[in-house]
Amino acid sequence: MKQLIVFVQKEFLHVFRDRKTLLMLFGLPIAQIVLFGFALSNEIKNSKIVVADYSKDPVTTELTQEIGSSRYFKVTRALESADQIDAAFKRGDIKMAVVFPAHFSDDLTHTGTATLQVIADASDPNQATTVTNYLTEIVGSYNAGLAQASGQPLQIGTQVRMLYNPELKGAPNFVPGVMALVLMLVCTMMTSVAIVREKELGTMEILLVSPFKTVYIIISKLMPNLIISIINLFIILALSDVFLDLPVKGSVWLLLLASFFFILTSLSIGLLLSINAKTQQAAMMNSLMGMMLPTMLLTGFLFPIENMPLPLQWLSNLVPSRWYFIIVKRVMLKGLGFATVWKETLILAGMSLALLTISLRRFKTRLQ
Amino acid sequence: MRTFLFLLEKEFRQMLRNRQLLSILLIAPLIQLILLPLAADYTVKNIAMAVVDQDHSPSSRRLIEKITSSGYFKLTGYTASYNEALALVQRDKADLVLQIPAHFERDLVKENAKDLYISIDAIEGTKANLGGAYLSSIVSDFNSEIRLQWLGPAAPDATPQVTVAPANWYNALLNYHLYMVPAILVTLVTAMATMQSAFNIVQEKESGTIEQINVTPIRKHWFILGKLIPYMVLSIIVFTLGLLAGWAFYGIVPVGNLLTLYGALIVYLFAMLGMGLLISTYSATQQQAMSLSFFFINIFNLMSGIFTAVDSMPDWAQYIVETFPPSHFIKIMRMVVLKGSDWSDIGYHLGAMALIGLGLNVWAILNYRKTV
Repeated sequence: MKQLIVFVQKEFLHVFRDRKTLLMLFGLPIAQIVLFGFALSNEIKNSKIVVADYSKDPVTTELTQEIGSSRYFKVTRALESADQIDAAFKRGDIKMAVVFPAHFSDDLTHTGTATLQVIADASDPNQATTVTNYLTEIVGSYNAGLAQASGQPLQIGTQVRMLYNPELKGAPNFVPGVMALVLMLVCTMMTSVAIVREKELGTMEILLVSPFKTVYIIISKLMPNLIISIINLFIILALSDVFLDLPVKGSVWLLLLASFFFILTSLSIGLLLSINAKTQQAAMMNSLMGMMLPTMLLTGFLFPIENMPLPLQWLSNLVPSRWYFIIVKRVMLKGLGFATVWKETLILAGMSLALLTISLRRFKTRLQ
Repeated sequence: MRTFLFLLEKEFRQMLRNRQLLSILLIAPLIQLILLPLAADYTVKNIAMAVVDQDHSPSSRRLIEKITSSGYFKLTGYTASYNEALALVQRDKADLVLQIPAHFERDLVKENAKDLYISIDAIEGTKANLGGAYLSSIVSDFNSEIRLQWLGPAAPDATPQVTVAPANWYNALLNYHLYMVPAILVTLVTAMATMQSAFNIVQEKESGTIEQINVTPIRKHWFILGKLIPYMVLSIIVFTLGLLAGWAFYGIVPVGNLLTLYGALIVYLFAMLGMGLLISTYSATQQQAMSLSFFFINIFNLMSGIFTAVDSMPDWAQYIVETFPPSHFIKIMRMVVLKGSDWSDIGYHLGAMALIGLGLNVWAILNYRKTV
């Protein structure tokens, strides 16, 4: 036991002596949470569009105004002719073009319908579908206005309520996602260098011939990173509460318990990478080149997991941040209790246990 | 010049000798490029819907059937009370709740107007918005049907209607992979170029060999160039392999000119290698270089418009994004590959990248002299 304490002390000294690295380990995750929390949202708004109006009558003017005043669109300019649309798309400065054919208002009053053309830059299919839908919605409410004015019978209305996030801000979705992503990658990265650095410097041999238990070596390597990560977590939660108006609605203790297992899992992944790598560079390239994009995509905060092909859905089960993201959303945002997150917490606990066991085994075999 | 060639040879040899690293650099990006676009699908479909039908009338049943047969919604709960439906939303079993109030049909006939209630889990903004929009448009279709049925064809929609004729250019089939593959390729090249150049000089610092190089007569800019050229070559190889994989697995053939694409790539790599160099001048250990690279690459990935729209960000964030070389190169890639944009179309982005690249490299060289 005394051995262990001495060991842990030594590792702490190492970490705290290197002020610059320490500053980065605290500063960079926090900067990211704040930046992403304020800047990111899945919403599509302020899309720049152009209008080509061949009719220029009261109806097209009113519709153009309605479109321009919605938060989804920003009419950047009026085109003289539709021929300019292709050039504008190719320069990439607009997302959509609206074309009103000639005699729009006349058609509407005489034939009962008038058709406006909407051309979307579908090189981004998601945005194209979304902006087309938003525009259809605006036209729909214009039509509803016409219907109401003419006293149509049997009107079914809809009252829509947005739960949990009535202002449709980006932060409620992105903060838990980014928390899961950043915590996991920072933990993995920090630990991935731990063992391999000693290998590279040659001090590993000394450790291996010394009478210390391998468990102690591993615990002492993980300890400082665990503490740093937990402090990081506290800072992130405080920032979310103060600056982003996202307090922990549920039990803080529950969130901490789940976070502990999540952090432990991520540290264990780093440990395993470190044991397998020959150089620090390889370890870190593995932990970032190999993990950054998969973690980002398979956590589920950018793209819905249920849309993915089955093999990728299975793969996403192996990504710890996926489970943590669910836990944070439920406990922090929705204020739910243990009954709804025990499964995810258990998965994280199981993952950390399994990874630590494998690490210990692989570490021992290196002795021979 | 001859010393420079020797140095270059040494760097290439060192790079080729490190098999573990080389396989990470070549194989990992390719696997990711092939697999990950499949995960990046934002098509909003299968919106999970819970229904609270307190009316139990023929109309309410018909409405539910109309919604579920639209293809966008799947019915995941049919509950007796709103609270039960809300519990499904809490457990992510439902994305939205449609509540049909009691006496819906009767009141609609009697009062000529009646409301439905829709509650949406709005944590994910887009899904919420689109789900609501789809549902509203289905309800309004349903409304016209009911009018036609109950009032007969004699009383059709007498009011004028504006209709929308949508068209999708450049990607009529709305294939999401066309959009994601080029961008994911950029993120892989970015990570590789930045981290490799960030590491290399730090590694020499950490192992002490940089002192030896500094006392040799080789000029510093040759030394740096010798470090950067192998990574530029490697990045171009990875980029080319990526384009080929995109063609083989996703059938993506750039509409625009390859020369334009590679020209832009070289300007881009100039900027990103400069960025890596800058990071290395500020780092004393590999871990520091790594933390800094990770920090910037993560920000680039999430803010450069790969996954979320830059237009939706607040103005201050948009100004920041303008200084990110990847945001320009991703735009160029998508423009050239999908729309066939040419030099004059991408001129602004090319100029911006060149300018940023120049700034980063000058900064790195100035700082390098100071630190060593």
